[in-house]
Amino acid sequence: MSDVTEKSTLDERPAVQTAPAKSTSGLRMDIRLTILIGVLVALCVVGYALNPAFLGETNISIMLRLAAAIGVVSVGMTFVIISGGIDLSVGSMVALSSVWMTTLATQEYGPWVMVLCALLVGLGAGLINGVLIAYGKVVPFIATLAMYASARGLAERLSERQTQVVREQGFSDFFRGDLIGIPVLIWMLAVVFAVGWVLLNRTTFGRRTFAIGGNAEAARLAGINVKLHTAMVYGLAGLLCGVAAIMVVARTTSGASTNGMFYELDAIAAVVIGGTLLSGGRGTLIGTLIGVLIFTVVNSIFTQNNLETDIQNIAKGVIIVGAVLLQTLTSRRAKT
Amino acid sequence: MDPSLARRRFLLGAGALGASAFAVACTSNESGGDTPQQVAQGGEDNAQPGKQVTIGFSAPAGDHGWIAAITKNAKAQADAFKDVTFKPTEGTNDVNQQISQVESLVNENVDVLVILPFDGKALTATAQEVMDKDIPVINLDRIFDTPTAYRTWIGGDNYRMGYNAGLYIAEQMKAKSVSNPIIGEVAGIDSLPLTQERSKGFKDALAKSGFSVGPRVAAEFTVETGEKQTANLLQGASKLDALWNHDDDQGVGVMAAIDAAGRSEFLMVGGAGSRNMMDYIKADNKVIKATVLYSPSMASSAISLARLLGQSKGVADLAEHEIPASITTYSAVVTKENVDQYMDIGFES
Repeated sequence: MSDVTEKSTLDERPAVQTAPAKSTSGLRMDIRLTILIGVLVALCVVGYALNPAFLGETNISIMLRLAAAIGVVSVGMTFVIISGGIDLSVGSMVALSSVWMTTLATQEYGPWVMVLCALLVGLGAGLINGVLIAYGKVVPFIATLAMYASARGLAERLSERQTQVVREQGFSDFFRGDLIGIPVLIWMLAVVFAVGWVLLNRTTFGRRTFAIGGNAEAARLAGINVKLHTAMVYGLAGLLCGVAAIMVVARTTSGASTNGMFYELDAIAAVVIGGTLLSGGRGTLIGTLIGVLIFTVVNSIFTQNNLETDIQNIAKGVIIVGAVLLQTLTSRRAKT
Repeated sequence: MDPSLARRRFLLGAGALGASAFAVACTSNESGGDTPQQVAQGGEDNAQPGKQVTIGFSAPAGDHGWIAAITKNAKAQADAFKDVTFKPTEGTNDVNQQISQVESLVNENVDVLVILPFDGKALTATAQEVMDKDIPVINLDRIFDTPTAYRTWIGGDNYRMGYNAGLYIAEQMKAKSVSNPIIGEVAGIDSLPLTQERSKGFKDALAKSGFSVGPRVAAEFTVETGEKQTANLLQGASKLDALWNHDDDQGVGVMAAIDAAGRSEFLMVGGAGSRNMMDYIKADNKVIKATVLYSPSMASSAISLARLLGQSKGVADLAEHEIPASITTYSAVVTKENVDQYMDIGFES
């Protein structure tokens, strides 16, 4: 019984007191993180045991470049979920941005306009989500479901379902290249995570995101412009989809309406196993990063050892449930 | 004879015939012809075991019969050679993922790569990088954006597939002396270039006999859409003389719609060459009387070619010392008369 009362007091903690109070939940966060890191390390050991090349520099680079786009999308998803929402449209926004930035008309203006175009299209689509949700009072699930369908539809229309090849050599040279010996894509992932972490943990923007997710009404009473902030959070998620689109286009040197299929599911899975509450108000970006890495490592183990994808999908499901169960069990134990 | 070996021999032969790139004059010993002496023979005996070759393989997810058969055939072919180590990756419809798979295979030091890309354009840059590392890439069917991204391309001939279907139907119409036949067409996804080529070939061949395509619908290569679209087509056309369906995988749905409508006044031609359509053709108790090949046996040929590339051999019976850069398989028309000959390449859909 004490468990129940403790939980309810926790959930009703003052919304304005935002970043999780260190005394109560700091320890639990650490246990969650330790478990996650443990799982990741264990998977790496398995991968190494099966094939020593697994931890080689090349394979690590292969894994991180594969993780890059979905990692960036997951950062935006973490913000959205912490704020108490959900975004089902991320994959479609990636597709739309990738198509829009690679139309012949856009390519004419050169690589940097292509980049700008992807960012603006992502931001725009995200803001439409945000405005519908915040000001139109459409439930996030429905608003982003509508964007999920229509953004991909628009992408198909713009590209006429064709794959649009990047003819702009400067774009490919830069984004497919290295910077100080490390692929640009990995730099982008690192920078997005670093900026995201600072934004979430060290700025008012981040504190307000936690506050709204914890208790939107309390946040409003505390003087936060909840509507504006919500719209901005979805805008951020969209903007990061634009970044992910740049990464996908760099990898495939083309834009297509089929890009970003199922990114929403992968991103939500990574965020959730990273320990972010689907009901909002609590979560970490480090957890999300590890969540993304866990899936990438599993993927790589399966590829290297040629295990069938159907088993891989089952494994994915088991990992999601296992990670969440483990976290709930240990956090309960930590409390009692 | 081992069926896969027979298939390989047959295919290499058929592939060679289809390739327009090389105009090699008679190299076999029987045909004397103009050349009194054999110029060269590229491959000696290709079946002889040679140096061990590791072949990496990457294809899209086996979500329909044709693609599933591609992967199955590649594996079976590789298993038939003692000097081949086969490293497949599981199929994926995510290009990002397929790029990683290709990179992983390169990291595992394969000698030759066989790639059927989910999207040829999206994999071009990656394949080019592999080629730049001096690892030959065999591009299967869905072609890369630049020819330098593959060492050899082997794939089907969409235009000729439609063309041969059209010729067969025209011939049948004339044999039955139907003067103004109503000829229907169930296409695949219309926005894809492959569908456009097939339809153009079909139209061109019919035009040679003064015929044209009547009712036409486009399905999406799935059983469900095949059924739905064909039901629509039959609804609109109370009488048909002939029908060409582009794809035997969707053909299961096409046949279901025809059965449901209780129609049998026309003859139907399929496309690709699935096992169940061949069974129907052989039994001769359904509307389907023929199918034009677009056979996944090209995957078997691709593995054979990859092995030869890895062993630096040419194709036996060709004068070329090198494997050709491009091979187009031939879309033969399979009918009741010759179906037994093609049963081995019929794929499960």
